[in-house]
Amino acid sequence: MASLKDLKLRINSVKSTQKITKAMKMVAAAKLRRATERAEAGRPYAQRLADVVSSLAGRITVGPQSPKLIAGTGKDDTHLIVVVTADKGLAGAFSSNIVKAAKAKADALIAEGKDVHFYIVGRKSKPILNRFFPGKVIGQHDTMGIKNPAYSDAQAIADDIVDRFNAGRFDVAHLAYAEFKTTLSQVPMVDQIIPVVPAEVEDTGAAAAAVEYEPDEEAILADLLPKNVAIQIYRAQLENQAGFYGSQMTAMDNATRNAGDMINRLSIQYNRQRQAAITTELVEIISGAEAL
Amino acid sequence: MADLQFELVTPEKQLRSESVHMVVVPGVEGDFGVMAGHAPFMTTLKDGSLEIYKTAGGEPERVMVSGGFAEVGDKGLTVLAEKAEG
Repeated sequence: MASLKDLKLRINSVKSTQKITKAMKMVAAAKLRRATERAEAGRPYAQRLADVVSSLAGRITVGPQSPKLIAGTGKDDTHLIVVVTADKGLAGAFSSNIVKAAKAKADALIAEGKDVHFYIVGRKSKPILNRFFPGKVIGQHDTMGIKNPAYSDAQAIADDIVDRFNAGRFDVAHLAYAEFKTTLSQVPMVDQIIPVVPAEVEDTGAAAAAVEYEPDEEAILADLLPKNVAIQIYRAQLENQAGFYGSQMTAMDNATRNAGDMINRLSIQYNRQRQAAITTELVEIISGAEAL
Repeated sequence: MADLQFELVTPEKQLRSESVHMVVVPGVEGDFGVMAGHAPFMTTLKDGSLEIYKTAGGEPERVMVSGGFAEVGDKGLTVLAEKAEG
């Protein structure tokens, strides 16, 4: 049985832990709000760009002379999974859920006999992926020290990936991230980003057919496709950022509550022991007095 | 004449969404002005400044843009720029 002093120490230590988790929860809540705003502000651009790319892609006939980012390399032997996670922990299962989704995708591809490589953005996925797929992590982008993802970072990552693609290092690229639904739910997603998934053929009416392109469709598309990769990554980062803080807030809320429960339990134990000690003392005094 | 619905969007945020008289856009093959009722048109942008005329004959407001493209459709003009300031 722990002594009264030990219990008191434990209660105090849990109390200070609770203070920290409470503070972290409030910081996460404040950051969450801003991250959500940014994620929402980034959506119109991503949406418009996706619309334009898919409508253009539906318009040109994909041939050998088409940009490779849309036509593909003609093979699908080597896959690259870009895993975007957080850099820090203390956010529940946020990062490990993303890695789990990426791993499921990789396992499925390997079962089909494909070769799978990883490119990681954010630190948290590295140890797990290295353990399950040793030597398969071919690239990494360090996002430590970056507070808010900027478009220029996403662009650098996209350039790196597109270069590798053009060098023929892989045929298909997927992007694994968590979509921010609400504070409580982030859904891990694995989307194909290269080559562009052929859009459902839209009903291009007469009005759309009259659109003039300057320069021509192919040139615009060649310009837009790398941008599309960058914007997808940027969106993934923004969604992740918001999801991360949401997840951290929930995790810290739980931790604060658990600490509270623990303090209650320990206090009860402490009081019982204190009373027991008093009772014993009283019994000793009374029986001492009776003996006289 | 009805005003032109104009949107300026960057990856970071939506900068403008307003009704204007005319916008002059730096297209890659030359600057062009867009007013309401312009034919559907799409072009990539070169680095340069957008000139936004809130009213006919008024002083234009300039916004530097770089990279991206402009799309003119039934709904108006949408400029998707990678960077914009001004």
